[in-house]
Amino acid sequence: MQYAFLIYETPEAFAHRTTGAGDAYIGAWRAYYQACVKAGIYVGGDPLHLPETGTTVRQTDGKRTVQDGPYANTKEQLAGFIIMELPSLDEALEWAGRCPATAAGAVEVRPLAPEAKERIVSEHPE
Amino acid sequence: MSTPDAHRAIESVARRSYGRLVAFLSSRTRDVASAEDALGDALIAALSAWPRDGIPNNPEAWLLTAARRHLIDRSRHERVRDQATLTLEAMAEGSYAVTTADVIPDERLKLLFVCAHPAIDPEIHTPLMLQTVLGLDATQIGRTFLVSPAAMSQRLVRAKTKIRHSGIEWDVPEKDDLAPRLEAVMHAIYAAYGSGWEGAAGTDPEARGLADEGLWLARVLREQVPDEPEVRGLLALILHCEARRSARRSADGEFIPLSEQNSALWDGAMIAEAERELAVAAQAGRLGRFQIEGAIQSVYAERARTGTIDWHAIAVFYTQLVQLSPALGALTGRAAAVAEVEGPEVGLSLLDRMDAIAIDGYQPYWAVRAHLLQKLNRAEAVHAFERAIALSEDEAVRRFLLERRG
Repeated sequence: MQYAFLIYETPEAFAHRTTGAGDAYIGAWRAYYQACVKAGIYVGGDPLHLPETGTTVRQTDGKRTVQDGPYANTKEQLAGFIIMELPSLDEALEWAGRCPATAAGAVEVRPLAPEAKERIVSEHPE
Repeated sequence: MSTPDAHRAIESVARRSYGRLVAFLSSRTRDVASAEDALGDALIAALSAWPRDGIPNNPEAWLLTAARRHLIDRSRHERVRDQATLTLEAMAEGSYAVTTADVIPDERLKLLFVCAHPAIDPEIHTPLMLQTVLGLDATQIGRTFLVSPAAMSQRLVRAKTKIRHSGIEWDVPEKDDLAPRLEAVMHAIYAAYGSGWEGAAGTDPEARGLADEGLWLARVLREQVPDEPEVRGLLALILHCEARRSARRSADGEFIPLSEQNSALWDGAMIAEAERELAVAAQAGRLGRFQIEGAIQSVYAERARTGTIDWHAIAVFYTQLVQLSPALGALTGRAAAVAEVEGPEVGLSLLDRMDAIAIDGYQPYWAVRAHLLQKLNRAEAVHAFERAIALSEDEAVRRFLLERRG
């Protein structure tokens, strides 16, 4: 099964991105990434820019509205995602527990829904 | 085959096999809700087929085949061929030739551990187990957990959706993951036995089935997890209660309190088995709630040999239990036992210290209170009896209390 690890970080954790070489948090992430690749479970993923860079689009009365944000006033913000290939939720939770973000932030584990994708990409809908 | 006979046969196989069939069907697909629906359809199909064709040689296998057919039909109607459909088709193609065999693999314990997974809302663990493995409906469960049936069924549906899609391992967990889930599983097994036990002395066959199921699951758990003393404690507790089943009512259905039961009617073999379990559990040196409750029952059982009840020992065990978890039952039990040792006033003062809101709807509290007040010849006894009578669900218990009230 494939799982999305949704990474939530505190502003302090975000701040580590601009520190110099030798940052312990970034070092932990590097080790985690390498462990995932080595275990053959890493499918893909990326960090996201700061929440302030997000823009939301909606259609209201047939008109496109664009909104800055949103950034909820919560301590933890969505900071990135990783797609992992793992046999069960139990193993996914174990790998999520090793993620450096869990020390100060959180990781939400969600199974991907390939059957929903299938409906979208199939060429001959019934 | 007459229709009433067939209906009785269907009822009995449904009672005996519901959890086993749901667990087996969903072990392949992870889809508990569909397994329940399909089994429901199969039972409805049996209602018309069995009176016509006779009761099949292997009723369980018949229901399983019918339920699987319903599952496959249903998922073929859905446009999306997900993993579940593929699995079901694999089953239909004979890779699981179970219907021809006599034995359907028992997946109930695994399903219990799936329901108790930490990824599922802890509040819903026990209700989920009671529904999927024991077949209680949302209304019955809602009553037990003081939640509206609608809210309960919504939460149950959400939990089943999570089980279906999240890929929880379908197995009894390994060492480190076992302990936190064991607690919930033991709790559900005891709740199942308890809700069956209440009605089991009467004539309610559905309740009888639940109590049997509870005892059976306690035994299976004990086989699978023999090193955990609380698991043995739970089995011992259930065995002690079960041993007294035939002594709990008189021939004409009157309620008989434990201290007045004819101990010759108790099942000696079950009591001996319970004692063995408690003895092995004690060697681990890790006392817990179920071992203490088992020990309390064991003191009551001693009366068969000694002719007396050692209330002092019972009071000590209840005090330990209260220290471990001050639940309503433990607090009430302690007050009753202390009253026997130190007098009704002392017992009463312990009752007075209990939480006024919590005791409001708790029948045993009012029954013990009525008993102690009556011993002291206090007029408020009548009021306490009335509360206890109003809160009794069992007709025989109501009659008993009415008579004691005088």
